[in-house]
Amino acid sequence: MKTKSLLMTATALTVAAGAAVADDMTLVSWGGAYQASQTKAYAEPYIANNEGVTITWDESSAEAVAKLRAMNEAGNITWDVVDVVAADALRLCDEGLALELDADEQLAPAPDGTSASDDFGDLLVSDCFIPQIVYSTTFGYRTDMVPEGAGAPDDICDVFDLETYPGKRSLEKRPINNVEWALLCDGVAKDDVYDVLATEEGQERALAKLDTIKDSVIWWSAGADTPQLLADGEVFIGSTYNGRLFSAIEEQKQPIGMMWDAQVFDLDGWIIPAGLSAEREARALDFVYFATDTQRLADQAKYISYGPARASSAPLVGKHADLGIDMAPHMPTDPNNAKNTFLYNYEFWADYRDDIDAKFQAWLAQ
Amino acid sequence: MTDTTSNGTMLSADGTPLKVSLARALRRQKIRALMLIAPLLIFVLVTFIVPIASMLFRSVENDIVSNTLPETVQTLAGWDHASGEAPDEAVYEAMYFDMFKAAEAKEHTKLGTRLNYENTGTSSLFRKSGRGLSKIGKTWQKPIESAAKPLKDGETWFAMMSGSGSNAVLEERRVLWQNLTGDPFKGEVGITLSDDMVAMLPKTAAAYADWAIFEALEEEKDISKRDPWEAVYTALGLDLMSQETQAAVASYSGTGAEELRAVIAALDTLPEADFKGAFIDMEDGWADPDVWRTILTYSPAYTSGYFLNAVDMKKSLDGFEARPENQQIYMTLFKRTIWMSIIITTSCILLGYPVAWLLANLPLRSANVLMILVLLPFWTSLLVRTSAWKVLLQDQGVINELLVWLGFVADANRLALMHNQTGTIIAMTHILLPFMILPLYSVMKTIPPTYLRAAKSLGATNWTAFWRVYFPQSVPGIGAGSILVFILAIGYYITPEIVGGTEGIFISNRIAYHISSSLNWGLAAALGSILLAVVLVLYWLYDRIVGIDNVKLGG
Repeated sequence: MKTKSLLMTATALTVAAGAAVADDMTLVSWGGAYQASQTKAYAEPYIANNEGVTITWDESSAEAVAKLRAMNEAGNITWDVVDVVAADALRLCDEGLALELDADEQLAPAPDGTSASDDFGDLLVSDCFIPQIVYSTTFGYRTDMVPEGAGAPDDICDVFDLETYPGKRSLEKRPINNVEWALLCDGVAKDDVYDVLATEEGQERALAKLDTIKDSVIWWSAGADTPQLLADGEVFIGSTYNGRLFSAIEEQKQPIGMMWDAQVFDLDGWIIPAGLSAEREARALDFVYFATDTQRLADQAKYISYGPARASSAPLVGKHADLGIDMAPHMPTDPNNAKNTFLYNYEFWADYRDDIDAKFQAWLAQ
Repeated sequence: MTDTTSNGTMLSADGTPLKVSLARALRRQKIRALMLIAPLLIFVLVTFIVPIASMLFRSVENDIVSNTLPETVQTLAGWDHASGEAPDEAVYEAMYFDMFKAAEAKEHTKLGTRLNYENTGTSSLFRKSGRGLSKIGKTWQKPIESAAKPLKDGETWFAMMSGSGSNAVLEERRVLWQNLTGDPFKGEVGITLSDDMVAMLPKTAAAYADWAIFEALEEEKDISKRDPWEAVYTALGLDLMSQETQAAVASYSGTGAEELRAVIAALDTLPEADFKGAFIDMEDGWADPDVWRTILTYSPAYTSGYFLNAVDMKKSLDGFEARPENQQIYMTLFKRTIWMSIIITTSCILLGYPVAWLLANLPLRSANVLMILVLLPFWTSLLVRTSAWKVLLQDQGVINELLVWLGFVADANRLALMHNQTGTIIAMTHILLPFMILPLYSVMKTIPPTYLRAAKSLGATNWTAFWRVYFPQSVPGIGAGSILVFILAIGYYITPEIVGGTEGIFISNRIAYHISSSLNWGLAAALGSILLAVVLVLYWLYDRIVGIDNVKLGG
């Protein structure tokens, strides 16, 4: 009784409001190895600290925006904390479906006292978004299919070079990233890519460049497609999330190599749905405070090769929990990998997504 | 038990005409029958018809523009959209007050997203402007506060604005909030606006009422102690710039009279009433007449815009026009969906007919084994079957490996069996085959084998006996199977998504995309409505040509 009430007080203290707190919460994530890493790094220690709390997982992050909108219209929100990519967080915030937070007040400071907003820095791309990881969309290639005489592909333009590197490629079935890469290889300087892409001619130019490899492309829509296509030898090179490639290479020992050039950084993190009851909101905030502190974010990198979003977590990244290999060289943010990178341009794509997507889909259907 | 009256009508035992009493009994029976099916009827209505209808309704619903920018839309109606110039100051002023409210309630970004479907760039224009609005307000608030220090305090404002009156302005503004947010905004605001003030300072009264309602009912604060937001100061500045108000203030002696006079005395410290300039300063996009044309085009509460988009057209102020060719996709997809569904239905008939015939004519024991073979895939998950086809059809897949090993196909020229239309047709034919075989089988089972024997004994060849005697009797089964397969095929999206690549995807894939990714539910609803209409028309045609009475699912 006594320990329990002590624990309860401890919880109540961490929760600024000090009001009643709900005991059950539903977390939403992507399933697979990623969700497993969150369970190990965040959920299990949280339950250990907060006796009596139960956590239910829902693997619906891919449709989170549509589902949250539907829940909001029905007036019954069943989720407490939702893992989404930053672009979706921005849209949820725009639609008033996610809670706005004050990072410095509602998130843990770094161990050295740096405020949360400085620790996350530019990665706080929206008032509703609490970043968790930096991941990247990059390329993997079959090491045994590299043509004789040619070196391993190490330039983004090798994807567009059918002469040196024949064979199929897999690219995501949406314009984002693909058009940037196309322009980059059509001679546009990295800093000008979005200016060019904002014009009609620029969009046509990108599609024309993609047209040169269109017949050799298999278009994917799920993150697991490219690792599978690579493993089956269906494609020579393909884009996907770096964590998926890590597990194909290191865990499944497939003959696949990484091509980090022009990798596109993106963020994934938590949002709390707007309109929760006070008790549930308090619990959600308490969880998020715990799960995004410096140590927890560093812990997650033990299970999956995504970079922690806090600057203060980077030095704490250690070895893989099962394989025992050093995780730092596999992080997209590692200096060796991040020689040439892109950061997903949220503002640009929030505006141009519908327009360019219509053109892209029409081009695909031709 | 019946009597006949003098004029010949039959009467029942209780004296009412037999016809009436019969009708009554029948009605009672009908009601009883209806009561029996009522649970199902209500269930279908509540869980199926109503949600679908309300979803499809989104294809025309468009009140978000007039709800978010009510005054702008009104003012904008007077703008000459063909002039090629941005509208004048009055529109920007209305926009400032509308947007200010919307930004406080965080509704402006929703509208930005909505209009971005029609005009690229509107999303960020609205999002960024939401932040800039209070800055514009500050340029009014600061000089007013330094001219009349007491106006810094919410208490002064409250005392000045309250008094006796009908409070009609407050109720008017309450309705606008309800429209804007969809929340009830019920309850006491805690102020009666003075009628004198409403007459003297109309803009200020409206802006103050807006703030008071939001502060009291949304933020749940006591408005008598809170400072109003920037837009109220802006409104006051604008009010005091008019000669009429200045005259009224000169003879006004109530609360705040001194402060108002002080502000009038310091009018030259206030910014110019140039909202157009301020908006364009904030974001260049506001100078673009296209933005305003989009707002005007979509200002009515109902729109045909989504339906026009769904057939590769674009709504404009002068009616509609075709979309640029590099954005046309939906008509292609509609045609492809229907065409491929016909091919799939035909291949199901060709493959299913012999199997159904075998099922109906084999001895019971072997027919049962065959039946299990037909049903087994039917019981397997759709996703599993589609993924299995992936393993079979891909370049390095089972079929290609086999063909290369047998020497039919060169290693370098493997057949492209998936990521194209072939893949979709093969996988969907297999998946939908049971829906063809089962109705065919149940119809064939009822055709007596003696008919064929009779035909042959009368001299018919095998082919004639089949074509003239057997086949016509099995047509109802083909009809039932075809309708089932075709209607199922037209709405498929998982299988085309996985094996269809870019050429093999259906219109449903775009509907799914607009529901879950782009969140353009209006367009998704319009595409869905068209698809539904196409199915109903085809059904009607089928009924006219073949006759729906000829369709049999069994017996």
